[in-house]
Amino acid sequence: MRTFGSPEFLFIVYALRWTLSLTVLAFVGGGIMGIVLALLRIARSRTLRTITSFYMQVIQGLPLLVLLFLCYYAPSLFGIEIAALTAAAIALTINSSAFLGAIWESALRAIPKAQWESADALALTPYKTLRFVIAPQAIRLALPSTVGFLVQIIKQTSLASIIGFIEITRAGQLVSNATFEPLKAFLSVAALYFAVCFPLTQFSLWLERRTARRGAGT
Amino acid sequence: MDYTFQFGPLLNYLPQIVSGLWLTVGLSFVGIFGGIALGIFCAVMSTSSSPFPRFLVRLYVEVVRNTPLLVQIFVIFFGLPNIGVRLTPLTSVFIALVLNNGGYVAEIVRGGIEATHRSQVEAGESLGLTYFQTLRFVILPPALEKVFTPVVSQCVLLMLSTSLVSVIGVEDLTGAAMIASSETFRTMEIYLVVAVVYVALNFAFRAVLNLAGLMVFTRLRRRLLGRA
Repeated sequence: MRTFGSPEFLFIVYALRWTLSLTVLAFVGGGIMGIVLALLRIARSRTLRTITSFYMQVIQGLPLLVLLFLCYYAPSLFGIEIAALTAAAIALTINSSAFLGAIWESALRAIPKAQWESADALALTPYKTLRFVIAPQAIRLALPSTVGFLVQIIKQTSLASIIGFIEITRAGQLVSNATFEPLKAFLSVAALYFAVCFPLTQFSLWLERRTARRGAGT
Repeated sequence: MDYTFQFGPLLNYLPQIVSGLWLTVGLSFVGIFGGIALGIFCAVMSTSSSPFPRFLVRLYVEVVRNTPLLVQIFVIFFGLPNIGVRLTPLTSVFIALVLNNGGYVAEIVRGGIEATHRSQVEAGESLGLTYFQTLRFVILPPALEKVFTPVVSQCVLLMLSTSLVSVIGVEDLTGAAMIASSETFRTMEIYLVVAVVYVALNFAFRAVLNLAGLMVFTRLRRRLLGRA
């Protein structure tokens, strides 16, 4: 029987690249979809707004685990085998898109309507208004919550272990099965998550305080 | 797609799914209210004047908020037996859910307490109120009212994450679905049904918690329902 030593610990540390890869995939995918959702939520057409809101409400009301199972098993209806990484990336993308969309929508809405109107009066096209007037301010407002949600995504990647994708939680399970020392294995996993997430949480707090100070100053 | 959806076989599993649903509701309620109680306690401790309890609460809150719930469940259920603490799956997840929600609620409520003006506490003191009276009548009511909405969002998220308990074999709604799917192979059907149930639960929990808030907080009620 193996004991829990540095090779076992390093095995978990090496799996960190898969946790981080999955996080990047989910954040980029969810970010692109989230921007589209946020823009659809402030669109002129009421139908578009309602459909988008419905989509976001449903996704936000769905446990990620159930979404993950749906994404993992659905392709097999078409006779396609799908890798655990792909399924996890798709599920996390769909999930993050709804939450990031909501964060960015509220940032867009926080910009006073008068700014849209004055940009319109200056004959800026809607695209230019968004690009040069609204977005720069909205990004500053949304940044703390976005970083906060990034931490959320990192933690959510742990669910990929359930469908067998080897990221750090799954690596921890494997080590725990091999060494019969689950406490050390899972505490190492927790410590790694903490080491990645804690600095980001602090960064998000710092951004929040900075935004609040600037808001008070102007 | 040459797949025919068959929801028929699921009917045999209706009793399991319903009892799973009740377990999900039960776990959520314990997690939500246990977490709120623990969270308020920790938030109060984190404003204490002595550094030791402040440090302990800080440590607890940061550890809970920066590690995944799944890993927390694994540490409690698989890890603790290593040091001689053997818990049943159900007890483990109750503890994990309360600890998890407590950490998030503590951080939210602390924000509410810190937003309460210092002069109000001083006014309470000068009226001769004891520390607990100040806490009970001056600090907490407005603080909790201020953070009511984020606490409700956090609690609904906790309800959704109770699905993770199925991973260590607790038969909540997701756990019942896992069993039914492995016995019938109607995987898609079952998870679609469960997905709809969770979305409905999400709205139900939001409604119930908001209603509870209206009953508890008078100012919230006045703002929403006019002067009535």
